[in-house]
Amino acid sequence: MTEQQGGFELVIDSVSKSFGARHVLRSVSARAQTGQVMVVAGPNGSGKSTLVKLAARIVRPTEGRVLWKLDGRELSAADTRRVVGLVSPDLNFYDELSAIENLRFFARVRGLGTTDSAAKGAISSTATKAATRTGSHESAESLLDRFQLAGRGDDLVGAYSSGMKQRLKYAFALMHNPPLLLLDEPTANLDERGIALVRDTIAQAGASKCVVIATNEPEEVRLGDILIQLRA
Amino acid sequence: MTSSSNCAHEVLAVLAKDLRSEYRTRYALSAVLLFAVTALAVVSFSVSPYSLEADAQSAFLWIVLFFSAMSGLSRSFVREEEARTAMALRLAAAPEAVYLGKLLFNITLQGAVAIVVVPLFLVLMDIAPAHPGLLVWAAVLGTLALASSSTIIAAVVSRANAKGALFAVLAFPVTLPGLSSAIRATTAALQGAVGRVGTAGDLRALAAYSVLMIATSLLLFDFVWND
Amino acid sequence: MLTRRARLLTGLKWFLGVWMTVVVIAAFFYAPAARNLGQMSRIIYFHIPAAWVTVLAFLVCTVYSAKYLRSRRAEDDAAASFSAELGLLFCVIATVSGSIFAKAIWGSYWNWDPRETSIFILLLIYGAYFALRSSVDDPARRGSLAAVYGILAFVTVPLLVFVAPRIPAVQSLHPDGPILVADGGLDMDARMMTVFMSSLAGFTGLFVWVFTLRMRAWHLVQRLAHRQED
Repeated sequence: MTEQQGGFELVIDSVSKSFGARHVLRSVSARAQTGQVMVVAGPNGSGKSTLVKLAARIVRPTEGRVLWKLDGRELSAADTRRVVGLVSPDLNFYDELSAIENLRFFARVRGLGTTDSAAKGAISSTATKAATRTGSHESAESLLDRFQLAGRGDDLVGAYSSGMKQRLKYAFALMHNPPLLLLDEPTANLDERGIALVRDTIAQAGASKCVVIATNEPEEVRLGDILIQLRA
Repeated sequence: MTSSSNCAHEVLAVLAKDLRSEYRTRYALSAVLLFAVTALAVVSFSVSPYSLEADAQSAFLWIVLFFSAMSGLSRSFVREEEARTAMALRLAAAPEAVYLGKLLFNITLQGAVAIVVVPLFLVLMDIAPAHPGLLVWAAVLGTLALASSSTIIAAVVSRANAKGALFAVLAFPVTLPGLSSAIRATTAALQGAVGRVGTAGDLRALAAYSVLMIATSLLLFDFVWND
Repeated sequence: MLTRRARLLTGLKWFLGVWMTVVVIAAFFYAPAARNLGQMSRIIYFHIPAAWVTVLAFLVCTVYSAKYLRSRRAEDDAAASFSAELGLLFCVIATVSGSIFAKAIWGSYWNWDPRETSIFILLLIYGAYFALRSSVDDPARRGSLAAVYGILAFVTVPLLVFVAPRIPAVQSLHPDGPILVADGGLDMDARMMTVFMSSLAGFTGLFVWVFTLRMRAWHLVQRLAHRQED
């Protein structure tokens, strides 16, 4: 899982975002590559979450643009979905399904773990190849193990504690081995064990992925190679 | 876009997830069936069945089916937004897969309603349809038409504020061409010989309407689903 | 000191005013009464052009909706909504004038005649469009959702036009001729035709005039808002 996923670049170019009269971001620019950790810091309401969502391509900028490049090539929306992994406080899973059912559903809907990986090899997009090479995605069970949820896979997510849900989010974000990992408040709701797990995950990912972290925790801010400071 | 076999897997994954969620919670189906049966009961005991012509009977049936659709077919999208699971779905699934999966779910749901309502309707109104085969076709294609036009509107409504009444207000004008063809075909099926020839045209119109709605929805869905 | 363009526009505006005045007068005094309908026939100079503008406005709204989905410029969304407002206005005019005519000629205000049904459905579509717009707070999302609905509804309009005449109801009461387009001129006297076509042009001019006014006002407000921000 630590193979180089080389050549990914995230470019945020003079991006502004407003929701009606509320201006959340004004002309923010940043750039990060594989092997780099970018930290976005700032007080509450300064737009950290919005910036992360822009980088995840689930929010559109009001002005400016965001580019996702793999090996120099700009990615389409469909390809971007394959290269992005997001952990966010606004992420929720299906409470009426178990953790395993949730992960299996997302894997199926992402096109992972189907038997026709040969068909995937025929798809020309390098992003697709990178994400779906056989063996580069884990089974739901092994993901649960990795994130300290072993044995709780059959429990309904509705019964999960907030710490367990947070760890499940990591399983969700990393299941397809994305070159871009976006973490909004990475250690929210986690105990010491969970925080250590997250630090390990970031350390591992930092070498082979492009990581963006939105946080106010000083220990996490330290992890960054690049710092973006937002003002309210 | 992914190859078609992958797309089918993804569509079916969305459908299976929606069916499983629905089975576990049973929100939509119970609300819809309750509404449908209540409406049928009201119609049935407020009007003497023998005083109604075939066209009025047909209209009543489709009014009940239409409003059942209005109470049930927005659930699939509204639930994603209310439970805030839409973000995860947006990140993982292609918009086309989401739309087609939920379309299939709506067809299934509306189909289940029709399977209960139509026979119950025939029993309560004491109707022996002159052309039962035609009635089945009209019910099937009409169900397809209702689901085809409602699904994208359900998506639109799920992204707006006042979800309840807005769905029916938006859906009615768009659904009307399909609805009127279904009513006419059903009238012919209940009534008999009159207008049998024209009915093939009505059924074809229903099918064409569904295809048009689905094709247009596929083109437009991305703009609704993604900001 | 007015620019050349402004003077041209002002001139056109006055020309339109004169044009419509002449049309109205001509509708009552120049055009002859139709043989079968009598003086009532004069309604065609107002009712049909209003219906025509309703459809035209819908088309314009749809075009700007499609433009907005591609460009995401607030201007295109504004244009779509202004066009829809005018469409709604003219739709009400067409519906009411048609209803008055129906009462005078056939004795009842509403019959679900195929064309009455079509115009009513257009009214519902416009109403639904604005209901949707008013239920979304974020302007960007409001624009895209309204645009999607506008396009979707527009796609179903041809179906309505072909299906509505076949809805089981009273046989068509409308005098012959295609539904919401200029009358084929089957039994039209040359003078009637002249006034009719002039009215059609005049109503279209009215639509264009008010539409451009709304857009110009909108641009002014935008410029003011930007200046205040800086």
